[in-house]
Amino acid sequence: MTAPDTGPSSAHWRVSQSTRAGRFGLLVWAALLAAAAALPWWADASYMRLATEFACLLVLAQMWNLLAGYGGMVSVGQQGYLGIGGYALIALADYGGINPFACVLLAGGVAAAVSVPTAALVFRLQGGHFAIGTWVVAEVFRLVASNTAALGGGSGRSLQAMREFARALREPLTYWIGLAVAAASVTGVYLLMRSRLGLALAALRDSEVAAESQGVNVRFTKVLVYVLSALGCGVAGALYFLMNLRISPDAAFTVGWSAAIIFIVVIGGIGTIEGPIIGTLLYFALRETLADFGTWYLIALGIVAIVAMVRFPKGIWGTLAERYGLYLFPVQRRVVRDP
Amino acid sequence: MPAALLGWTDTLVQGVMLGGLYGLFAVGLSLVFGVMRIVNIAHGDLIVLAAFGAIVATSASGTVPAPGLPLWIAAPLVVAAMYAFGYILQRGVLNTTIAGGELPPLLVTFGVSIVIQNLLLEFYSADPRSLAAGGLETRSVELFAGVTVGVLPLATLAIALGITAFLQWLFGRTNIGRAFRAASDDPEIAGLMGIATRHVYALATALALAVVAIAGMLLAVRTTVAPADGPNNLIYAFEAVIIGGLGSFWGTLAGGVILGISQAIGFRLSPGWGAFAGHIVFLAILALRPQGLFPRTRTQA
Repeated sequence: MTAPDTGPSSAHWRVSQSTRAGRFGLLVWAALLAAAAALPWWADASYMRLATEFACLLVLAQMWNLLAGYGGMVSVGQQGYLGIGGYALIALADYGGINPFACVLLAGGVAAAVSVPTAALVFRLQGGHFAIGTWVVAEVFRLVASNTAALGGGSGRSLQAMREFARALREPLTYWIGLAVAAASVTGVYLLMRSRLGLALAALRDSEVAAESQGVNVRFTKVLVYVLSALGCGVAGALYFLMNLRISPDAAFTVGWSAAIIFIVVIGGIGTIEGPIIGTLLYFALRETLADFGTWYLIALGIVAIVAMVRFPKGIWGTLAERYGLYLFPVQRRVVRDP
Repeated sequence: MPAALLGWTDTLVQGVMLGGLYGLFAVGLSLVFGVMRIVNIAHGDLIVLAAFGAIVATSASGTVPAPGLPLWIAAPLVVAAMYAFGYILQRGVLNTTIAGGELPPLLVTFGVSIVIQNLLLEFYSADPRSLAAGGLETRSVELFAGVTVGVLPLATLAIALGITAFLQWLFGRTNIGRAFRAASDDPEIAGLMGIATRHVYALATALALAVVAIAGMLLAVRTTVAPADGPNNLIYAFEAVIIGGLGSFWGTLAGGVILGISQAIGFRLSPGWGAFAGHIVFLAILALRPQGLFPRTRTQA
């Protein structure tokens, strides 16, 4: 650090969150969204399906990164809220008679509502114990779903409310909702991290005691982030099963979701917004090319994640950003000097 | 004794026996956490790995390779192999991540869990298997009028008690135990006092995996194991640790017994609710007594 050479006056120094790459990133982001919105006109249904699934995983990865990367709360149980989102979609659409597309957001609300009392329980655990505690809660949700006959029990059920909609309407509509949700998750995390709350979150991740002493309401901030993450995962779950049209407890609540999300965020770069995007791209690229190798593909994913965590704990984007000072979604606060 | 009471006594006894196995799962997890503050997500999969190791070593056909060793030779080999694997895993992989806080080791063990599960799946298929123990698995003795217990569950409980007593003695009374506690309390000061923390950490994980090996083999004799069973074993071990509180190995074993009894009662009420009853007891403890039933009451000298 060099001291300002203009004397004691700090008038020429300010805290900035804007970077040149960031302004460029905003342009790229807008262009990509416009191109993606037009996808139903230039790609066939299988791509729409793949893109919707991509959106689900991107949302989940952003939500997990918000929780673990920015908030320091590692959960292995976000599949619990994903599953609740999926089941809430079925319950609201099939039993409540609500338009299934409108249910996607409502399902997120249900997941968020469930996460409030859950937070009171799991927040009694710290660190690794918190991680497995969230997993136990997801298991409890799974057992409740598989023992509820109205939700199809252990074998699950399909989304019957969807019969009214023609395929030609259903597929693009599901895709657009996916695109909107994915864009909202990236933008939402970006804006959140640039806000006062984001600053508080970054502070308490680095040191809870120090954050508290600076007036951060640690408990409130953590619960808020946990609930927001549950909301996002619930929406992603509803979206996934809106596309899939069929849900079962094992598909909805499998810890395999956590495995995929953690792989995505760790490889892409934990604690960055770009990381989960790159990680999701890489995950899909690997899955589409190596899916024929079955379990070997999963073994490779596991080994890559271990090596990444040991050798490149910042992931792909974190390593690049550090080396080249590249921030497409700048949430860091830097001191810059005005000319 | 009236039949209903007899039935419940039987449930209770079965629960205690099952709890011995869970206690054994749990002391390994609590050992690694106690010394290194690492929560090993691969714990359950390591239990399954040890079970498969013993099954493969004793089978004379069907799997490749099929050495067909007798169990009394295979069992110590599996324990030794897991001990060595634990040392290498800690020294070669986990030690390098420990400085970065609790996130990296957690995620690394999560990766290890996925690798173990899928390797087992690739080589031995998803079929459940069990370990033959020369008729021990079906033998039983009459404990008191009308209540019979299997020799194997009884032996499991005795082994769990023995291992817990051994670990408690090791941690409380021996030099290596003092080194474990010192490295746990303050690794830097322990290092200054001449304790090779990296080696001590590796020994702790090695010891935990030796316990895991015994637990895994007892599990495989008792019931079947499949590659996908790891996560459940981890969750039961974890619940036992939290129910017991982080005070001592005895507390952890007691937590396992309470979990076993809860599951046995739940299972008796309705076969679909066994694991669920265990989860509910765990959550109730978390809500009412988050420090666990037997927390550390004094700072250990």
